[in-house]
Amino acid sequence: MTKTVLTVDDSRTIREMVSFTLKGAGYEVMEAEDGVKALDTLKGKKPDIIITDLNMPNMDGLTLIKTLRSMPDYKSTPILMLTTEQGDDRKGEGRAAGATGWIVKPFDSEKLIQVVQKVCS
Amino acid sequence: MQQNLEHFRTIFFEECSDLLATAENHLSRLSDEVHGEEDIHAIFRAVHSVKGGAGTFGFDALVGFAHIFETALDILRGENIEITPAVTDLLLRANDILVVLVQNAESGSSVVPSQLENVHHGLESFIQDFKGGGGHSAEKNQESVQFIEQDTPSQKAYQIHFAPNLDMMRFGNEPYLIFRELSRLSTEGSLKVAVDVSKLPSLTEFNPENCYLAWLLELETEAPVSRLDECFEFVVDECSLAINESNSAIKTDTESKSENLNSISVLSCANQVSASSGKTTSDSSRSSSQAQAQISEQTVHSIRVELDRIDRLVNTVGEMVIKQAMVLDCAQVLHEETHGSSFASLMKGLDELTSYTRELQESVMAIRAQPVKAVFSRMPRLVRELAAQLNKEVRLEMEGENTEIDKTVIERLGEPLTHMIRNALDHGIESAEDRVKAGKPAYGTIQLSAEHKSGRIVIKIQDDGRGINREGVLKKARDQGILAPDAILSGEEIDQLIFHPGFSTAAQVTNISGRGVGMDVVKKSIQALGGRITIQSVEGQGCIFNLMLPLTLAVLDGMLVTVGKECYVIPLIHILETIRPQRLNVHKLVGGMEILDVRNKNIPLVYLHQFFEVPDAISDPTEGIIVIVETEGGEEVGIVVDELIAQQQVVLKSLEANYDPIPGISAATILGNGRVSLILDVNALKKRTIH
Repeated sequence: MTKTVLTVDDSRTIREMVSFTLKGAGYEVMEAEDGVKALDTLKGKKPDIIITDLNMPNMDGLTLIKTLRSMPDYKSTPILMLTTEQGDDRKGEGRAAGATGWIVKPFDSEKLIQVVQKVCS
Repeated sequence: MQQNLEHFRTIFFEECSDLLATAENHLSRLSDEVHGEEDIHAIFRAVHSVKGGAGTFGFDALVGFAHIFETALDILRGENIEITPAVTDLLLRANDILVVLVQNAESGSSVVPSQLENVHHGLESFIQDFKGGGGHSAEKNQESVQFIEQDTPSQKAYQIHFAPNLDMMRFGNEPYLIFRELSRLSTEGSLKVAVDVSKLPSLTEFNPENCYLAWLLELETEAPVSRLDECFEFVVDECSLAINESNSAIKTDTESKSENLNSISVLSCANQVSASSGKTTSDSSRSSSQAQAQISEQTVHSIRVELDRIDRLVNTVGEMVIKQAMVLDCAQVLHEETHGSSFASLMKGLDELTSYTRELQESVMAIRAQPVKAVFSRMPRLVRELAAQLNKEVRLEMEGENTEIDKTVIERLGEPLTHMIRNALDHGIESAEDRVKAGKPAYGTIQLSAEHKSGRIVIKIQDDGRGINREGVLKKARDQGILAPDAILSGEEIDQLIFHPGFSTAAQVTNISGRGVGMDVVKKSIQALGGRITIQSVEGQGCIFNLMLPLTLAVLDGMLVTVGKECYVIPLIHILETIRPQRLNVHKLVGGMEILDVRNKNIPLVYLHQFFEVPDAISDPTEGIIVIVETEGGEEVGIVVDELIAQQQVVLKSLEANYDPIPGISAATILGNGRVSLILDVNALKKRTIH
């Protein structure tokens, strides 16, 4: 069964690159521009992994992660956050909010696929 | 991947231009001092996205600058810092530098913008002021640390003790997946996993979301230990982890291991893990070909097209329309010459061609049409923020947001619209107190609507405020010398004064709406779009502004008229009515001016043949036609012409681009018969009636 990914990022470039890379690796990809649209897109669907940026309008990444974790359907869905910061505090924040892991921007396609496979069966 | 990177580069630069435009938009709001948290956040996000994308493509100079810009913005959005004009200025300059750096990245130029150093220093010191010194200025963008193994890769044996905390799995981390990754790193078949179940509670206490298990893993691998560490990187803070090189080779007998474990069973998962990873590989290759098929099948709902291409298309179709009309004309002549006997099928074909051409033109125009929602959507927030600032209660009602209008018109509509709404809020709507005293509801209402009406767009901004204060306006105009002290004006004429350059009735120029730049600039913008603005005001009750705009800037609806042998086009948007007057209604005044009495309104006349010095034209208005037009300021003028030919759409050709500007003429067009026809600028004509 094809695995599905939801990618959430307000940057169109990043969304398209993630989409393209993961589709090439055999995943089905859904896209959303921000946290609010992500929740909308999710309605009823259960992707196998969610990849989200942190800085977005309307609802940022951390809020999205927290919200998802409070919903029974997504309590244990693997969630990766995209972060440009190397700083540990950001990772800590993300972890506290409920992120499964992270990918540091800029990333190359190999790395992306690798990390996705790390947390997603 | 190389060529695809090219594709993404293009998308990135497209996105950058959007982002930088957004940033600038928000930055300009900062300098207007109408700002909220949202503006800084939006600017931050824009710069952050530019930086993120730039990093992907390796535009180092851009990344470096974007990073420091972003850091400054991050500080601003976190702390409660007053955004002084100095700060705003710094941000604006930084944005300008960013624009240049993006351009450099796109063109491959490495010319350093002259202001770069200055602005960089400015940002640095701003950051240091708030972070109390200490170098954040030299932050490097690092990729994840890559270990460079000096020794030649050699097989090593490791022992990993992995004891997750109870809640490690809370957030989707699966030990099984970690082990799978380890197995991929380890030499075939060498991974052995032994589980420690000593912490398992009884079933009654068992919480399926907790992790009660611990594991001892052994494996042989050529990968460096950092790679093994990486497998655990997400959970390293939520478990106890020990990775040690084992000095001895893997022992297959289990006894030595059982000393270290209180284990009930020892699982050797190696085979299972490798079997399932084999399955996943074939799975993914199947699904990737599936995915490819899906990509090509996927319906594309919209497409981005460069504006240049659309402009070319619009122009070409415009020319086609003209040529097609020409052909039709010629055919018509031939048809008539043969008394309708020949060319019947030609005529039929051409008729059909005409309708297709028209359809084509409409479709092409529609490509550039966008709903005004794009502009309207900014208004609710503007109203909210302003109302809050002014301490007034105001509701905004919007209608007709889906009305479509040419993209270029939309882009230039934003500013005038914003200005008028600000005016309405600032000067129009009274305070809640005053409103209640006047018997109005405490909250003011502004209605913003757009609709198509007879080939044009009408945008209405209506408020139920205090209307135009005619006395105040009159006084101000006299004070500013715009009016002679004894001039007598009608109510409507007084209202029109607000469109006068430099006019502002604000007792004190507020930061909100008045630097005296106001309504005259709005009016000029609307006129530049080929439109008109009129005002209806009732003191005490409110004010209505009507903006009339053509559907598109490239094509004009006009009335073809003749004067002598010349043919002119009068824009339909200005035409109020056309009359063949009666002698008794035409009056000559002292000084040579002529007026026409139309239902007791006196309308000055302009003779087009005089204006353009056209010989052999009709000079007796009662034998010609008077076209009554409305000019800027709402005044009416009667243009005397010989005949009305037809009402038709014409494609605008710029005079400035091809020749020089001519007073009285706004543009030119080529008619169906191949002749050039000039399009009148009615405002210039009006000036001629008053000597």
